[in-house]
Amino acid sequence: MNYNILIGGAAGQGINTLSSLLEKILHRKGYYLFSNMDYMSRVRGGHNFVQIRFGDEPITSHHSALDLVIALDQETLDLHQSRLKDTGVIFIDRSLNESKTSDNKQLKTYDFKSVAKELENNRVEGSVTVGAVLKHFGLDLDYVKESCDSIFKKVSIAQLNYTAIEKGMDLAESLLTLNPMPNNQDKILINGNQALALGALAGGLDYYVAYPMSPSTGIMTYLSSKQSEAGIVVEQAEDEIAAINMAIGGAYAGARSMTGTSGGGFSLMVESLGLSGIMEIPLVVVDVQRPGPATGLPTRTEQSDLSFVLTASHGEISRMILSVKSAEDAFYATVRALNIADKYQIPVIILSDQFLADTSQTIDAFNFDNITINRHISKKEDITEGTYKRYEMTENGISPRIIPGKIEGQVILSDSDEHDEYGNITESADVRIKQMNKRMQRLEMLKSVVEEPEHFGSEQPNLLLMGWGSMYGPLQEAVKMLQDDGYKVASLVFGDLYPLPTKLLEKYHDKANTLVNVEQNFTGQLGKLIRQETGIHCQKSILKYDGRQLSGEEIYNRVIKEVL
Amino acid sequence: MTDVKKFDRDVEIAWCPGCGDFSILNALKTALSELDLEPHQVTVVSGIGQAAKMPQYIRTNGFNGLHGRALPPALAIKTVNKDMNVIVNSGDGDSYGEGGNHLLHNIRRNVNIAHFVHDNQIYGLTKGQASPTTDENHKTAIQPEGVIVQKFNPIAFAIANGAGFVARSFSGDIKHLTETMKAAIQYNGYAIVDILQPCVSFNKINTFKWYKDRVYALDHTYDPSNKSEALIKADEWGDDIPIGIIYKRQEQPSFTDLIPQLNDAPLIDRKRHPIDAEKFMNDFK
Repeated sequence: MNYNILIGGAAGQGINTLSSLLEKILHRKGYYLFSNMDYMSRVRGGHNFVQIRFGDEPITSHHSALDLVIALDQETLDLHQSRLKDTGVIFIDRSLNESKTSDNKQLKTYDFKSVAKELENNRVEGSVTVGAVLKHFGLDLDYVKESCDSIFKKVSIAQLNYTAIEKGMDLAESLLTLNPMPNNQDKILINGNQALALGALAGGLDYYVAYPMSPSTGIMTYLSSKQSEAGIVVEQAEDEIAAINMAIGGAYAGARSMTGTSGGGFSLMVESLGLSGIMEIPLVVVDVQRPGPATGLPTRTEQSDLSFVLTASHGEISRMILSVKSAEDAFYATVRALNIADKYQIPVIILSDQFLADTSQTIDAFNFDNITINRHISKKEDITEGTYKRYEMTENGISPRIIPGKIEGQVILSDSDEHDEYGNITESADVRIKQMNKRMQRLEMLKSVVEEPEHFGSEQPNLLLMGWGSMYGPLQEAVKMLQDDGYKVASLVFGDLYPLPTKLLEKYHDKANTLVNVEQNFTGQLGKLIRQETGIHCQKSILKYDGRQLSGEEIYNRVIKEVL
Repeated sequence: MTDVKKFDRDVEIAWCPGCGDFSILNALKTALSELDLEPHQVTVVSGIGQAAKMPQYIRTNGFNGLHGRALPPALAIKTVNKDMNVIVNSGDGDSYGEGGNHLLHNIRRNVNIAHFVHDNQIYGLTKGQASPTTDENHKTAIQPEGVIVQKFNPIAFAIANGAGFVARSFSGDIKHLTETMKAAIQYNGYAIVDILQPCVSFNKINTFKWYKDRVYALDHTYDPSNKSEALIKADEWGDDIPIGIIYKRQEQPSFTDLIPQLNDAPLIDRKRHPIDAEKFMNDFK
């Protein structure tokens, strides 16, 4: 069982409040949710919508066929009516439906606005609607009070919205009956940006500096809201160049530091990415991708920065690139990125995207027990021969790192110029070779750290679908649908991208006849990376670059049409 | 007083003979020694340029980063370790050209750092182009007809935008420079010192003699707390160029004083445990 609700209207009409309240109630009642946002780059007006898919089993992708549309304006009606299932219905306020479409049996006209008016607060219209939705699905008032309390901080407002929901329930009729769900205290409903930010807190983040840029801003917003309680510092920089240089300065001085942005901001940060490389300063940079180039589609989704981040920075540096596959993965991957950056003293880039950033999903509560914070900071005893050398030649290529000011008499010199073991500028060919070898040696070490892609589906596939990051959920769903049709199919979804893990790739490549890369970009960037690193070619590509995420169903349809 | 020799680094100095940077280096070493600071208690941060090589030549913690980007890491270092004495040493191109945006916003932040700008009114490392402070009509290879844009006035800019400590000094007057540096380091808040210095290789107009003939030290009759007077003084340039503390506001809480999380221990001394973040999951239940 799962249902798909769409709430649409203009920015400023309260879609977010309506959907978060509904999501909270459904979540507390124990249903699995998958909710994604589609919004325009403007503050008021335009057409925005939220899709909430919920059911009694975990859901990994959005879906286009709709069971219920809540149309807060005419445009929602016009745009989404055709996506309605035969059994689906549309909720619309009477003021929007002066008889012009009243012969449509799917259209349910209710007095949401006038009930809100009776309650003397027009802003509770959304909660009246939530009441009607609950009644529609045959749901009761259990968990509604608690949900109002958690969404609305002011007691009187929470109470008013609770009353609005009660009144809304009186409006609608129960057309459906849902299975009751068991208690889900061990589950959370969280979006990609929040999960990533929470992972940073669990991973011992001290200092986050960023310049606001959609769709990455949610990370900074969340961290700011917790900064005093967590005892960290979050700072809004004057630009992205300042942001990354501040994060590097903070890391040099001993703080676990991170910055986040989207592609345009990352473009500005690129010179400094190289600085972190040559200075051997640990740094985590999050790129929550959106369609480029330049300003592109500021609030839409794409996976088109992979090729760029692979070589971003002039000159050559060791770096690690990983993408996050889901909200759950975003949490653990961020902890891991922070530890890897500190251990290898390199920049680690996390790729996320707008779809994942703004998608809330029901997942198991995070397990904090197995998380460790490994700083790899050296102590006085580790300094050999009495004088600290920041860039000391060591067997594994990683020099001891100490914190400025913490060891009496020892100083740390970091330089963006090529430098000797002490950090002093040099133009010696010999020293250059040694320092380059030392820095680049880490790429080899990282190969033993990278995690293989996640395999899903047949062990003996004829068809192998490959994706990365947020393609994880949709690919899982597509593979299930294809398997149900009897196809021998599997997917490999990459989290770690560079250095590229190759074991599973080689294993399944030998079995499958057809390899297909499924990506949200024009040039097939994962396909290119795989070819570059292994010589393995993907025979087909399923690509999408209209700013909207591929769903499981869409991948299924395109595989049938374009591949099989 | 710390032994000044503690600040010596055993490396070859790559500045031109006669460069004003030598005096600035000596003044800085003396200032740190007279302030009784140990090398590990100080971090010298710079961007790129000849002046920006300072961290290479003084034995303190050093961060020689990217062109124009000295201020962001400097303020970050102070934010995460408020016990550190953070000093930026960089040139006029680095501080006023490439890094102009950071200068503006760092004045707004009022982070407790001292910013020493080696101002030789020319781009030395790239061999003699105009800098933001090059005088109008000054001819260079890139400006063969002479500079046609107005020169940037760092003193007026800093005062007008609310910097709390704004001074000018001269590399040819080491005693004055040392005292001004000490006052800037001791000031709780952002302190900028524009240091006039000759570029012996590329600036044939603003020579040592040119500055020597013009600079005069402000004496005790000058009141640096008067902002209107300071702005008038900031505009004085020509036959007479004032040096000294041109504007000094009464100290106010600096950036790190205003962040409650920094009230106790420096940020880098916090012990973090993953489990401390577990409570934040309740918001999502």
